[in-house]
Amino acid sequence: MSEITSKTTVPPISLRRRLTDHAMTAASVLTVVIVLAPLIAIFGYLVYRGVGSLNWDFLTKTPKPVGELGGGMANAIVGSIMILAVASVIGVPFGVGAGIYLAEFGRNRMGSIIRFTADVLNGVPSIVIGIVGYAIVVLYQHHFSALAGGVALAIMMVPTICRTTEEMLLLVPQALREAAYGLGVPRWRTTLSIVLRTATSGVITGVMLAFARIAGETAPLLFTTLGNQFWNTHPGEPTAALPLQIYVYANSPYEDWHRQAWAGSFVLIILIVGSVAAVRYVVRRGSFGTA
Amino acid sequence: MPGPQPVDTTGVMSAQAQRMPLLRSSDGAMADRLFKYTITACGFAVLGVLALIVYELVLRSGLSWHAFGFKFFATSEWDPVNEQFGALPFIYGTLVSSLVALIIAVPLAVGVAVFTTEMCPKKLRGPLSFFVELLAAIPSVIYGLWAVFVLVPLLSGYVQPFLGKTLGWTGLFTGPPYGIGMLAAGIILAIMIIPIISSITREVLMVVPQHQREAALALGATRWEMIRVGVLRNARAGIVGGIILGLGRALGETMAVTMVIGNRPEIAKSLFAPGYTMASVLANEFSEATGDVYLSALIEIGLALFLVTIVVNALARLMVWTVTRGQPARGHV
Repeated sequence: MSEITSKTTVPPISLRRRLTDHAMTAASVLTVVIVLAPLIAIFGYLVYRGVGSLNWDFLTKTPKPVGELGGGMANAIVGSIMILAVASVIGVPFGVGAGIYLAEFGRNRMGSIIRFTADVLNGVPSIVIGIVGYAIVVLYQHHFSALAGGVALAIMMVPTICRTTEEMLLLVPQALREAAYGLGVPRWRTTLSIVLRTATSGVITGVMLAFARIAGETAPLLFTTLGNQFWNTHPGEPTAALPLQIYVYANSPYEDWHRQAWAGSFVLIILIVGSVAAVRYVVRRGSFGTA
Repeated sequence: MPGPQPVDTTGVMSAQAQRMPLLRSSDGAMADRLFKYTITACGFAVLGVLALIVYELVLRSGLSWHAFGFKFFATSEWDPVNEQFGALPFIYGTLVSSLVALIIAVPLAVGVAVFTTEMCPKKLRGPLSFFVELLAAIPSVIYGLWAVFVLVPLLSGYVQPFLGKTLGWTGLFTGPPYGIGMLAAGIILAIMIIPIISSITREVLMVVPQHQREAALALGATRWEMIRVGVLRNARAGIVGGIILGLGRALGETMAVTMVIGNRPEIAKSLFAPGYTMASVLANEFSEATGDVYLSALIEIGLALFLVTIVVNALARLMVWTVTRGQPARGHV
């Protein structure tokens, strides 16, 4: 900018304008500092309390009755994995399928409507999805279950996976499809064996991101899986889940339960950050999809 | 793109010798149709899910709707024992906590986005946006846990006494500094929606054509003047879209808010006072609701929350779309 002012015909930039420029630069640096401060505080405190509270009992025992020290969240860790498995089994095929529809058959009005619906569904509060899980599973089963929680989380996965899958499939060059058609390969085979296969790493990225998002969800589980103090490996029964247990323990008045809530949070965040990191690794190694 | 090539060449070369699986199925007009129907069904499932949500919410809130009508949204009595339900305190709490969050989050989020797109050295850009987006990956319940044990003591010990002394005359910052309350909820919501607003703002700023910046600089603008005239003004609609999207998230946010807002159905002017939101009353009372009218009233709150967020989100998407033109905006990681 100083080259401009050096031309004699242009008057120098006034002090006021220069000061405003500097002030605004300082202000935006300040916003970055203010935004990063809570992030660092949250992560720092989480690691500090989480590592300090984590022990072997926590990972292998079930909760002790109120008032007794010790115990752990082993049942909640297993329960969370079970609920997430149910959600993935239901949500992933539908999400990927809907993504394929949008990419391969969705260049029309119907496609735009579905695309817009998926975007809007993405913003529906998770607690409302929980009500739907309650209404369509719990009311028919007449009791709370891991299945109901899984269905609610699956509903949350579909729009996210659908949109990322579509984006990834659209990155596959049209020439590949034409080459396949030219060889007489039927459309379904082209889509599954060539287009989807080419975009695999990108699609997996989308799936993992959706997974990371639902892994920490608590609100939809409150009145679908309910929680459980004991071992349960049957998907049709009320089941403990890590985020639920953290919530209950955080609200309790017991110091030992607070400690376990931090340990639980640490385990949960390791699960989520671990899957995001795995995704970045897969993407970097993958030949095609770049998220 | 080495991936697909082996598939093609092996298919061509061995086609004469022995029919490869890819070609053998070329008579699959039937399979093609079946495939198209299956995939279309998956696509329509997205519509189906939305329809299902609407259907269940409307169906199951009918009882409360018949009992209270529009009065439900205008009265503030919440008495499960006598089956009198009015949702006004929850609506008030949701709106006020989200508003507080927006007031705090918008300048910060836009500032971060401006810094990362316009000022930041290239090397820092990647890590910085990664860190900000990492904030979006933290589960709500962990924000809540942190807020309960770190933010709330901080507020009641230092921030609230200070605000009460300096700004108490406005009436917004009066009453005992419990820490827990509307202010705490607003602050934790702000921390949670900053990544959404800032990542969308960044996307929008990046599609502003480079020649707009160059033109402003050529006219002798300072960097800030260039950002204000050449960049922010062009991206206005998209930024507003991002803000509304953040608002949508704040309105429906449940766990962190429930843990710090105090959960008392009252309408108080002071931000220090405890409140209640639509999402937190669902979280707290749904699984223990006894009686059909009680449950139905809670579901009606869910329906209202759903409708508000749908409208807010649809509006936001349209505004972001007008700027980015077809490139879909992605709010989260």
